Amino acid sequence: MSRINLILILMAALLCVYVQTAFQGVRNLINAQFDLLPALMAYVALSADLVAVSLLAVIGGILFDTLSANPLGVSILPLFFIGVFLQFRHDLILRDMTYAQFVVGCCVSASMPLMTLLGLWLLGERPLVGLVTLWQWLVMTLAGGMATPLFFRLFDRLDQALNYSTAPAFNESMARSNREIKRGRGY
Amino acid sequence: MFKKPQYIAILLTLALAGILLSLPAQRKTQLKRWFGTVFVVGFGASRSAEKAAEKARVAVTPRKVLGKQLADLQEQNQRLRLQLKQTEVIARENDRLRSALGWKKQTPWSVKLARVVGRDPSNWHRVIHIDLGTRNGVTENMPVMTNDGLVGRVSSVGVTRSQVVLIGDPNCQVGAMIEATGEAGVISPGQSTRLGPGIVALNYIAGDSELKPGDRVLTSGLGPVFPKGIPVGTVIHARTLDYGLTKDARVKLHANLNRLEHVWVLMN
Repeated sequence: MSRINLILILMAALLCVYVQTAFQGVRNLINAQFDLLPALMAYVALSADLVAVSLLAVIGGILFDTLSANPLGVSILPLFFIGVFLQFRHDLILRDMTYAQFVVGCCVSASMPLMTLLGLWLLGERPLVGLVTLWQWLVMTLAGGMATPLFFRLFDRLDQALNYSTAPAFNESMARSNREIKRGRGY
Repeated sequence: MFKKPQYIAILLTLALAGILLSLPAQRKTQLKRWFGTVFVVGFGASRSAEKAAEKARVAVTPRKVLGKQLADLQEQNQRLRLQLKQTEVIARENDRLRSALGWKKQTPWSVKLARVVGRDPSNWHRVIHIDLGTRNGVTENMPVMTNDGLVGRVSSVGVTRSQVVLIGDPNCQVGAMIEATGEAGVISPGQSTRLGPGIVALNYIAGDSELKPGDRVLTSGLGPVFPKGIPVGTVIHARTLDYGLTKDARVKLHANLNRLEHVWVLMN
């Protein structure tokens, strides 16, 4: 992943946190707010290296906690663990398949709130959790699942548009004898 | 498995998270304020967009409709001025009677209107963001209300924005009383609060209290944050607990916490 793309992803993280704070349409309608950072982390973990994962976890987590009543830093570790786990398994995940992106998005969006709540309880905080939390968790899971393929499309296209892709270098194995044009004497 | 820069990234991330989590609360708040400046542009842009949309809406509204609205507002203004005069007379009379009885004089509320610019991005905190900060004289723990009733208290203040923790959040407990009987209790999140934001629990009411559905609940003034007499809500259900020793009630809040656009911050 190029630096430009990484900067764009970090800006997208900023925008995601801002939209979750300022845009209340979904919350007013269904009493649950979506979370787009795990979906963004799924894209970064399957497209970039661990340095990019760390950057997104730190910056995304700090930005989220800044606008939230969470203690500062509590969202960094869940995001980071999700990213590291996906990095470990990235060779087993069918990165280019939409359904695989959806499933990965659902899984990470489901595990992020659970890990954050665990962190809050371990820190002695009192988050408001009850029956409605199950509904909110479902909404976060599905919204994250749906956002993940969109992030893949968007950032893959941006990557193609903004970066020069080099042609594969020629080697002997690329020349296949059965595709060779045989020329006779008359030519 | 990993290359050297990747090990460094892992260690740095874990160390940074550890440092941030172990900072004292005051330092965390300072850092949050500092990081919050990143969003100033976003909130400013949304305010400008709203103003532009409002201007456009006024521009396309026919003059006839605007004229009618103006006439209605002028009439309402006259009526409110009359009510204000009556209230001033009653307040003066109240002050005279209070001084005659030797009671403490009531301080009138000084309020500032704030616009709600956002809500907590997570689902497990009941917090809103308003567009007033230290620049406007706002400090922590100032009560926040709407025309309908109490909303919460200021929990953290930045230069241009503040966070308000709403009633029903575990971090906002309110000393309240039943208007009819004067019995005091504490408003805190109940089981019903977790289902919807409009209902909270009123706890620690004496067991022999004649609490009944329909009773109005006000702030009791017993505590350092909320002054006495701010409307909170109405009792919708009451039950006896601990073999008749105490009672608790479900209270429907007057203020609609899902539709907050503007709120009043009580400055004194």
